[in-house]
Amino acid sequence: MLEKDVILVENAIKEYYFNHFDLVNIPPKLTQREFGYQKINGGMIRHIAIRDSKDLHLLMMKETPSDVYCSNAYYSFPSMPMSEKDWKGADLIFDIDAKDLALSCRNDHSVFKCSSCHGTTLGKQSACPQCGSTKFEIVSVACKNCIGESKKEVKKLLKMLDQDLDIKNEETEVYFSGNEGFHIKAINNNYEMLGSQERSDLVDYLMFNGAMPETFGMKKQYNSKSTLPEMGEAGWKGRVATSLFGSKSKVPKVTRQIISDGYLAFQAKLDEVRQTMGVKVDPKVTMDIHRIFRLEGSMNSKSGLSKIQCKNLDDFDPFLDACLLGEEQVDIVANCPVVIKLKNKKYGPYANERDSVPKYAACVYDMQGIS
Amino acid sequence: MRPISSEIIPKHNQIFKSCKIKIDVLQPGIMDLAKYPFLAEAGEYLRDKGFNLEQLGHPDWEPLVEKAYGRIVVASSGQVYGSDMERLENPDMEILSFIVAVILLKAAGIHTLTRRFSLAEARRAERYLQQDLWSNKDKKNLELPLKIIQELFAVQVAVENEEFVIKVGDYLQRAVHFHEKEWKLVNRRVTRGLVYLTAHETVRLIRTELGQYINAKIQSITLPSIPDTFKARVQDLVQLATKFSDAVVVSSDYPPCVKHAIEVLEKGENLPHSGRFLLATYLLARGQTTDQIAPLFKNAPDYNERVTRYQLEHISGASGKGTKYQCPSCDKLRSENLCFAIPDCDGIINPIQFGKKRKN
Repeated sequence: MLEKDVILVENAIKEYYFNHFDLVNIPPKLTQREFGYQKINGGMIRHIAIRDSKDLHLLMMKETPSDVYCSNAYYSFPSMPMSEKDWKGADLIFDIDAKDLALSCRNDHSVFKCSSCHGTTLGKQSACPQCGSTKFEIVSVACKNCIGESKKEVKKLLKMLDQDLDIKNEETEVYFSGNEGFHIKAINNNYEMLGSQERSDLVDYLMFNGAMPETFGMKKQYNSKSTLPEMGEAGWKGRVATSLFGSKSKVPKVTRQIISDGYLAFQAKLDEVRQTMGVKVDPKVTMDIHRIFRLEGSMNSKSGLSKIQCKNLDDFDPFLDACLLGEEQVDIVANCPVVIKLKNKKYGPYANERDSVPKYAACVYDMQGIS
Repeated sequence: MRPISSEIIPKHNQIFKSCKIKIDVLQPGIMDLAKYPFLAEAGEYLRDKGFNLEQLGHPDWEPLVEKAYGRIVVASSGQVYGSDMERLENPDMEILSFIVAVILLKAAGIHTLTRRFSLAEARRAERYLQQDLWSNKDKKNLELPLKIIQELFAVQVAVENEEFVIKVGDYLQRAVHFHEKEWKLVNRRVTRGLVYLTAHETVRLIRTELGQYINAKIQSITLPSIPDTFKARVQDLVQLATKFSDAVVVSSDYPPCVKHAIEVLEKGENLPHSGRFLLATYLLARGQTTDQIAPLFKNAPDYNERVTRYQLEHISGASGKGTKYQCPSCDKLRSENLCFAIPDCDGIINPIQFGKKRKN
């Protein structure tokens, strides 16, 4: 980021933490958590312990970090090196990101940004059309469809957590990640002591990875209808049955078909179920029990939007509700072939053009590197 | 789990003084103790009957020492010692032979042997636990095995319509150590935070812990001296242990996951961070240097030589806090969609093991 843009963004962030510190969630067991932060164009500073909310506020005002992170884990000594922290448990966290959902709209709002000539082009490219360089970044800009599809995954996850794992909705908090998806945090004693491997298996359960036909009553031979799952059964058996049969009236016909198609066809069906009914979370995030995770209420420097709690997921519009930087008009030179809609107002497309826009919009362009 | 006392067999003449772990409330009978001789009550029972170590050193007890030795030999070959337990004809001998076996192992001081014995004893106990769980119509029989599981391993097992249910968290903490697919949570019946299991699966789940529990108990014993009549068998155990030092042959072929990572990079495609981590940790573990590994990443779309070198040095432990990162397990790679298993991968749990086969 250019020097003048850094000043603009840092001032906007400072103003944000001054005016909106109430949005920053002070997590339970605050003093046992590890904090970290990054400054614009700077590296990660971590292993920080925070005493209270004032301490945190002071850090934000003093350092104007572009990103602030807090561990999902709690430690006896959060500021010590990792091996000496003494891990005492961690909240269960999930990351749902539109980029993992293989959505058809992705190409329409992906901006190819060349690392050599800094030119931008719409859609994914294998090399820069202007200078031919193969070194590039892909910047995905605001898309309503991506958010809508991510919300569906969140709902799937919450339902499964409740029904299968007994993690009630009151024990979960849903946050807009500040970028293209949602972070879900579950605080439940039965799961906080699980290690990385255990969390990995838990994620596989939610994603429906590694399911065997035998689990659902399909053997390699001598199959009978009595072993197949029934609609209305709890857990994955019920979901698989719903996917296989569709409705009760179709059960006899579909059952005959399943038995005659055999084991391999059934395995393929389970794979379809995985794709349609498995929750698409990022397994690496849930498996990581030492992660410092974006702090709730903090700014996301990848997007210029805030990570904020979604009390009402259906009505939540990140391009309105999470767009919280200042309103005053500033001049920018933007280079983005896609229209961006923020606070119900459209900006762009720009081809290296100067414009006067509100500060929140200017920061979105600056932070995404398309200015 | 409760702390393990070091008092199972503390003093020469107090060999059967009890350890502090006792199954509260329930008083296991002599038959139960023959099945589960690692329980504190077994030592207490023998002490109450007046047995001591000097007595067992008398030549009259030679058959007992032979039985105890046999119990270890069977375990060392990976088998489970089959007591005449179906009828439980001589429960005292069952309990005593366990205790004497422990003394022989302790005197021989070979950890591999002790571990094998502990695991085999855990598997033996597992059979009885399973039987006791299965015969759950008799409430009295069911209470003891459930209590053992709960008291020793802090796992609460409830019974629901002839099935055994435990909390998902308790299940995961144990099942992740099994590598068979049927133990994955997704292949279990799960509802309302509970996992449903058969009697066999319930006890299988705690086998490793039971083995570790028995092992830890043996490790914690201090043994001042043993009767002369035991010494020949202790020597035999030392001799027996020499067979464990067998060599392995190593092939130079890369596992499919590593091959895949190299291919992706060669094509100039993007390899996710976890794939790069796998490649780096694998090659470092195979003895390659960061200088040899760094060029592999040259084709990556976001290649930056300085960053690559920094990261490789960090992973190798040469910089940063000095932590040397290990190659991720097959399980982890499967979760990250980086596993491309082939038949040669059978039986391995980490890519590092690929191509290593025992000679015999």
